[in-house]
Amino acid sequence: MDEILEILEKDARKKPEEIAKLLKRKTADVAKAIKKYEKDGLILRYKAVINKELIKEDDAEVRALIEVNIIPQKNLGFDYIAERIYQFPEVTSCYLLSGTYDLLLVVEGKNIHAVSRFVAEKLSSMENVRGTVTHFLLKKYKEDGVILKHREENKRINISY
Amino acid sequence: MKNIISKRVQELAPSGIRVFFDLVLGMKDVVSLGVGEPDFITPWSVREAGIYSLEKGYTSYTSNKGLYKLRLEISRHLKRRFGVEYDPEEEILVTVGVSEGLDLAVRAIVNPGDKILIPQPSYVSYGAVTFLAGGIPVYLETKAKDGFKLDPALIEKNCDHKTKALILNYPSNPTGVSYSKDELKEINRIALKKGILVITDEVYDELTYDFTHTPFTTLKNAKSNTLYLNGFSKAYAMTGWRVGYACGPREIISAITKIHQYTIMCVSITSQMAACEALQNNNRKFIEEMKREYRRRREFIVGRLNEMGLSCHNPEGAFYVFPSIKHTGLSSLDFSSKLLKEEKVAVVPGTAFGSCGEGYLRMSYASSLENIKEAMIRIERFLKKYRGYKNH
Repeated sequence: MDEILEILEKDARKKPEEIAKLLKRKTADVAKAIKKYEKDGLILRYKAVINKELIKEDDAEVRALIEVNIIPQKNLGFDYIAERIYQFPEVTSCYLLSGTYDLLLVVEGKNIHAVSRFVAEKLSSMENVRGTVTHFLLKKYKEDGVILKHREENKRINISY
Repeated sequence: MKNIISKRVQELAPSGIRVFFDLVLGMKDVVSLGVGEPDFITPWSVREAGIYSLEKGYTSYTSNKGLYKLRLEISRHLKRRFGVEYDPEEEILVTVGVSEGLDLAVRAIVNPGDKILIPQPSYVSYGAVTFLAGGIPVYLETKAKDGFKLDPALIEKNCDHKTKALILNYPSNPTGVSYSKDELKEINRIALKKGILVITDEVYDELTYDFTHTPFTTLKNAKSNTLYLNGFSKAYAMTGWRVGYACGPREIISAITKIHQYTIMCVSITSQMAACEALQNNNRKFIEEMKREYRRRREFIVGRLNEMGLSCHNPEGAFYVFPSIKHTGLSSLDFSSKLLKEEKVAVVPGTAFGSCGEGYLRMSYASSLENIKEAMIRIERFLKKYRGYKNH
């Protein structure tokens, strides 16, 4: 992976000038590369990583991981049904897996009832959906490579040979 | 009690730098570029292996030479990475960091009055262990105009019948300088001609940015003339575990093992087991990522320093830059002390690494980019304040 992407993946706010300094490249070249990545859809968007564990309970959303068993469509495979499912805004992630079930969804809702309603009314009732298993998420420890805990401070002494 | 401290220790250069170090350690909220160790933490798999070994009750001594398993892993690692073969039975000793390996090596070869060649600026312990062993450190000065590279002719010029060895550290602490294969060949040629041992401290080998690191021992005819020292501190961010290794000819390994068995016995078993894991499990990804991160910081800090008029060469490795402050008219120690007091930035005066370090500072970029940025802003402000100080 291009180091520009590696840098932006860690800190999307880094500006081309700064990245250029880190990689000893020209600012214009870096800016051009980033534009191209955006255009090609390699960089889809820039977002903040928010520790939702810290959001006050009233506003907190409930998350569930849902295993879905589906009957693939002739000629369309899993993609057709997957597309029908991931279009729902409640579905924040959707993966096709190998193993005992087919799709794994991450679903978000205001509360348990909202998620349950989505499963019961929208998901399970779809033809081609054979069955679902819902796991409500209790606590998040690590997400996308980030440990959701305050960083511990530097343990090194300030000066040494 | 009268004269309880030995003459030799009394004579051991009292470091003016110590006072400065104490000052840094006593101060809070310092932005530090003064640290000689990685700002990464040991990979979890390695830490976990240490914990696991404790849980299983591995709390005993190991053989003097170190766990056979670890020596075997070291041997395999060197073969895999550099194609060099060391017999785990007789040509490898596990040491308490490179520091111990170095001390053992010097003690094992020096008779009173023997000389050891040490390129300077150099890591602080080379001269001290030579002196403590009753040897005479002979410093070979390297210059900024040569990018702090050792002029091989200096080896020849300073060799006499008392000269036993050259201590070669590359990439170097404090200058970050390293040598390409061709440059090393010339050093090797002269060392062979003069019949001196080359003790190499290659603990920063994984942090080489502009070319592939060449272990000295892999040069033609060099192996029987080289004591290769390396360790886990820098490559795997394991400074606190204190594990290193010495590889060399049987005769030398056997001699240093003799001292080691009487003085240290063995390296902590927990650390040895963790070190096994570091080599066993492919930690290349960790190393490569760390290296890329350091390299970016290097580009940034070298660029910034040169921009603000602190000229510095582009170091090929390690995580240090060694900029000149000569134009300020301040001594290294004065500059560092004032910078600490006035801007709360810690750097190490170049003189800590030998008198030819006067007029230079060692800055470590083993610190987060945010820290480095902040330090650069403060140093720039400081420089503006002292511009033309010389003329006052």
